[in-house]
Amino acid sequence: MSGCCASPAFEPPQPPQPSGQLRTVVLIGPPNSGKSTLFNRLTGLRQKVANFPGVTVEQRMGQMAGVGREDLTLIDLPGIYSLDPYSEDARVSIEVLRGQMAGTPKPDAVLLVMDSLHLTRQLMLAAPVLAMGLPTLVLLNMSDLMEERGGSIDALKLARELGAPVAKISAVNGGGMGAIPLFLHQHTDRAGAQPLTLPILGNAASAHSWAAQISRRTDYRAPLSVEGTRKIDNVLLHRIWGPLLFLVVVVGVFEVVFSIGQPLSDGFGGILVRIGELARPLLPSGWVQSLILDGAWKGISSVLVFLPQILLLFLFIGVLEDSGYLSRAALIADRGMRSIGLNGKAFIPLLSAYACAVPAIMATRTIENKRDRLATILVTPFMTCSARLPVYMLLIAAFVPNINYLHGFLGLRTLVMLSLYLAGFVAALGTARLLKSSILKSSETPFILELPQYRMPTLRSLSLRLVDRARIFLRNAGRVILAVTLVLWVLAHLPVLHTASGSYAAPQLAESVIGRLGHFIEPAIAPLGFNWKIGIGLLSSVLAREVMVSTMGTLYGSDPGTQALSLQTALHHDLSLGGALALMIFFAFAMQCTSTIAVVRRETNSWKWPVVQFVYMLALAWVAAFAVNHAVMAFGG
Amino acid sequence: MSVLSQLNVGESGVLEDLDLPESVQNHLMHMGFVPNALVTALRRAPAGDPTVYAIDGMEIALRRETAAAIHVRAAEVPEAVGQKEAASQKTEGQKTEDQRIAASGQFEAAQ
Repeated sequence: MSGCCASPAFEPPQPPQPSGQLRTVVLIGPPNSGKSTLFNRLTGLRQKVANFPGVTVEQRMGQMAGVGREDLTLIDLPGIYSLDPYSEDARVSIEVLRGQMAGTPKPDAVLLVMDSLHLTRQLMLAAPVLAMGLPTLVLLNMSDLMEERGGSIDALKLARELGAPVAKISAVNGGGMGAIPLFLHQHTDRAGAQPLTLPILGNAASAHSWAAQISRRTDYRAPLSVEGTRKIDNVLLHRIWGPLLFLVVVVGVFEVVFSIGQPLSDGFGGILVRIGELARPLLPSGWVQSLILDGAWKGISSVLVFLPQILLLFLFIGVLEDSGYLSRAALIADRGMRSIGLNGKAFIPLLSAYACAVPAIMATRTIENKRDRLATILVTPFMTCSARLPVYMLLIAAFVPNINYLHGFLGLRTLVMLSLYLAGFVAALGTARLLKSSILKSSETPFILELPQYRMPTLRSLSLRLVDRARIFLRNAGRVILAVTLVLWVLAHLPVLHTASGSYAAPQLAESVIGRLGHFIEPAIAPLGFNWKIGIGLLSSVLAREVMVSTMGTLYGSDPGTQALSLQTALHHDLSLGGALALMIFFAFAMQCTSTIAVVRRETNSWKWPVVQFVYMLALAWVAAFAVNHAVMAFGG
Repeated sequence: MSVLSQLNVGESGVLEDLDLPESVQNHLMHMGFVPNALVTALRRAPAGDPTVYAIDGMEIALRRETAAAIHVRAAEVPEAVGQKEAASQKTEGQKTEDQRIAASGQFEAAQ
């Protein structure tokens, strides 16, 4: 890349003037143009992610600290091929460029990124963007790679053709980035200049022939396509090896979650408990201590504990995505996914949901078709996430005898566990099928999948991705968790009782508000084989599934009748075999997870879908648990 | 005149027109599926569908029913290029200017 990116093709430099009016810059470019890498480089870690108001398009903003311009806000627009307003992404982009997007400042300048390996096609976006009339810097990304592979372009000629400055850059290694602050510094001088008149491009065909003309006139020579990618695909998309390796990847995700992630999360959970214990003497004893430690900290820990697993999963998926393999996985899975009415792109979220539905739902952003994406979001919580495991393990250990079949090769307990996984999977597929043939039936949106060239994932982009996701996870899930935890704690401690000594005390659990709630819902859950104590567990598990286990522990611990018994033995006081199996199937289907509810609310931008989803899953869970309980009773269980 | 889905793996065609809803058509055109572009069927997914096509230097996968709505005509010059390309993949031999243009998808059959 020696020197290639050092000389941005600028118009004759003008005397620098203070760029007082410059505040907001937008970054725009086609998908796979390296836009995210550039955004990360320009903003460093000073970025925030939200949705544009009223739509599900993600809005990233950050201060341009990467080029020493903390005073400027950079807005990352979605990756788009054109400004044709048929897609939500393009409509958002147009509104932002025109300064009509509510809550988003009108941009003062535009950075247009293009992948110089495929410049002709990428130029199709240049005409409509430049026609918006904003000062624009055209960035030819991956110029180093292009030149390495024998391609070339006359950037000066291109700048003349487009009437805008052009710079060759490499977002991956930072080459040519100096052009960006220079442009930001100078653009105020250019604002008055009349931009060149560009042709109005009515349709894609004329846009393409315009782009082809421009690339001819600027001596663009596309680089040789890389044989490497096709050779790798000869194996990864091979008729036999392809699916086999695909399976290895699927199993790999499980392995990561179970064998590495679980101990990490357990260890992290231990640390969190110890932090709570260390803080205990520092706090005034009494209700303040109880509220902070037993209420808030416990609730926050119950979520924080999943962070190692989630980050590990994101690292794993990040490597697959950055390398380009995920597109191949979507290609391989497409045939299977279409049988349930979805396409290959829905496969990745469903796979990640075995760890946690929250990142999985965030991963549905790659599905362009809004209805397909919604259907995927709605079925994702059926996949058996890691939070169900503690509940399953407890109930199986307590109620399922340890019988082995096939000379110890297959245990009854393993079989029950596998059937629970299968039940969730089948419910997800069945629901997807149902949704896609009814309310989310979409006009046949074709599956169009670009297979990018394989690239080596960079440490920088992987770590940025992890920090980013951790932050989103903590902030969005954290708020809800904190609120619900506090409410639950308060409900468990009301009404406040006066003791004989005149101090205040919490009521017995059965007498507390939440205890009364447990009694109140008992009629609804009695047909499933659950009593009021299980009811309290269920209520508390709405916070997060695994809270059920700690709630039951607290309940039995405070009851003199069961105090001496282990949790497993104590459960036999409240559950029959039918009730226990019913409870497991209830957990397989019900959506007891406020983090998931919060993320669905965020991703769909309405309360409608999380409510519909919660009610549907609850109804299915109730019916299935009822059926299981009564079937076991009928067989004399 | 035939449709894209009829191309066997390794065969090329020259795009004539697209018979798809406008939004889809626009999307595909912005991905390089424009009249007179050279398309090569590269490989089928392990399940036999979708198929990966090389166009404009990119690899794009389409399902059979989408490819069936894209009309192509026989590529006369490109046919030879397609064979050369196939040959060059096998032999890894020296590349002529023709091949590098074809490989990078810059070739426009109409010109």
